[in-house]
Amino acid sequence: MAAEHEWDRETVRRIATSLKDEPGALMPILRQVQDELGWIPGEAVAMIAGILNLSRAEVHGVSSFYHDFKHHPPGRCVIQVCRAESCQAMGGAVLADHIRKRLGIGFGETTSDRRFTLEPVYCLGNCACSPAIVVDGELMGRATPEHFDQMITNRNGNHR
Amino acid sequence: MSVRVYIPRDSGALSMGAESVADAIAAEARRRRLDIEIVRNGSRGLYWLEPMVEVATPSGRVAYGPVAAKDVASLFDSGFLTGGKHKLAVGPTDEIPYLKRQERLTFARVGIIDPLSLDDYVEHGGYRGLERALALSGAQVVEEVTASGLRGRGGAGFPAGIKWKTTLETEAKQKYVVCNADEGDSGTFADRMLMEGDPFVLIEGMTIAGLAVGATRGYIYLRSEYPHALRTLKAAIAAANASNYLGENVRGSGKTFRIDVRVGAGAYICGEETAMLESLEGKRGMVRYKPPVPAIAGLFGAPTVVNNVVTLATIPIVVEKGGSFYKDFGMGRSRGTSPFQLAGNLKYPGLVEKAFGVTLRELVYDFGGGTASGRPVRAVQVGGPLGSYFPEAKLDVAMDYEAIAAEGGILGHGGIVVFDDTVDLARMARYAMEFCALESCGKCTPCRIGSTRGMELIDQIIADRDRAASAALLRELCDTMTNASLCALGGLTPLPVMSALKHFPGDFGLSGEPT
Repeated sequence: MAAEHEWDRETVRRIATSLKDEPGALMPILRQVQDELGWIPGEAVAMIAGILNLSRAEVHGVSSFYHDFKHHPPGRCVIQVCRAESCQAMGGAVLADHIRKRLGIGFGETTSDRRFTLEPVYCLGNCACSPAIVVDGELMGRATPEHFDQMITNRNGNHR
Repeated sequence: MSVRVYIPRDSGALSMGAESVADAIAAEARRRRLDIEIVRNGSRGLYWLEPMVEVATPSGRVAYGPVAAKDVASLFDSGFLTGGKHKLAVGPTDEIPYLKRQERLTFARVGIIDPLSLDDYVEHGGYRGLERALALSGAQVVEEVTASGLRGRGGAGFPAGIKWKTTLETEAKQKYVVCNADEGDSGTFADRMLMEGDPFVLIEGMTIAGLAVGATRGYIYLRSEYPHALRTLKAAIAAANASNYLGENVRGSGKTFRIDVRVGAGAYICGEETAMLESLEGKRGMVRYKPPVPAIAGLFGAPTVVNNVVTLATIPIVVEKGGSFYKDFGMGRSRGTSPFQLAGNLKYPGLVEKAFGVTLRELVYDFGGGTASGRPVRAVQVGGPLGSYFPEAKLDVAMDYEAIAAEGGILGHGGIVVFDDTVDLARMARYAMEFCALESCGKCTPCRIGSTRGMELIDQIIADRDRAASAALLRELCDTMTNASLCALGGLTPLPVMSALKHFPGDFGLSGEPT
């Protein structure tokens, strides 16, 4: 379990040092840390603050404002389900309920085996192919509970 | 000679399996030793047909769709490379009524060209606007934009020419052009389609804006949900830099213009222009008080033109053909065309670029084909999550800023989400408040607190606890949010709530005539 929470301090140092002179550097730095580590550890906030000569409170304030920036390590596969109007009009709520039940977790939670994290998202810009979900970075349109189960089954197969 | 086959790399097409179709077509052609050239184009916007594969024949492009990887062998068998008959054949692309009835000005090249080929862009009329702009003074370019009547397509509908004039006339060492690509409204995807399908037109529009107002730097603030648009934009910007369409001394003009892409982090509020500027400055996306307007004191305090993707991408055709050409489309004070995005429960969802004045009914039925579920249309939300719900009986409204406003709505970014008769408008109203509570930046009280109280009140109405009194209080709350919020998030959330309450009181358990 501990290994799941380990992260490379050097990665954060490299990102922050390479971007610190950009105008408005904090956002690109947090973005890249999130993209590379999958989350923004508390200690990384302190490191970034030191490199940018900002207070920890300022960096925390920004990193806690944006939904994308996570403060806990995600599961190996992040599943995002669109909950906005267009997807609701096409059965998005039924799909979301199915996914929650299937994974046994709610939105913002990670399965106990750390394989899946479920996140809500408010519009993926795929509204002409609603309902839409993202599995491990891959966008799926006109998703159905059957598609989802198929996808989970395939992944289970891959992991065994 | 090799046959050219078009397979979209648009996110929507990819979400329906375009990548595996492309792989299958390439593999099948190799197996049959056929010489084909695959072009990964944008989407034409006919999303019920995606992945839509097109083949270039001597008599024009012909389309097949929706194609799955398993259909590929039979497509080859039926000679699709020469336009052969197949159950997925939809005929010559340009003759598809959905496309033929459109007036594509901003989206003229989307789905047609290779988005990453600068040569293709120039061959299809690209960079003629910049060419003309370079022969004019900044003031003359601004004059053309003003004359065109072009209004901000992001949602606010503010005349672009007035913004530009203000920035042009504000003296400063450094000015900026910021492109708002934080397309967060549910039911909208025009910005995404454009950036993925014709990125150079946005780059050209931003360059014209920069040269006109005297800005040397541009930023595209792109939402993080659009990774494909990000890749396309980065590649296109690199190509434009390499060919001197960007950078120092743009096309020998002696002027400098650079563009950087900044990726957001999932905050809807950053689509509000001042929150976006805060975010670009590396801060929390908190809405600013206005005045000063960004055109005078925007990014890092400098004069900044902030426009939406579609607005900026319309600039090249306005400058190339002149303001009066563009102004000839549309009605009233809504000039030109708008990309209307048909989404939700529709048989034929997609993008329809039409002159202002087309009715909502035409879009929902003549283009959209009614619901995908086959059930009756009950409600249509126009203008994103902050837009009003229209009942079926009100669909004859013209798509025009003023006409929609007269019906108590907003045109917003042109998103249209259709619901069938299974929708519960009380639940949708609650969702509107919930969304506002989730996305509020927290700066002003009506939005920060009002949204949560609104959610609670709607819960009470649904649960029949003091229903009449709760409904009265909800109306008062909405009045406060409308009049006292700092920006459109808190200020417009009452639109979906109050329109639901007005047109669908039964869903709330309220009887009697709408108020």
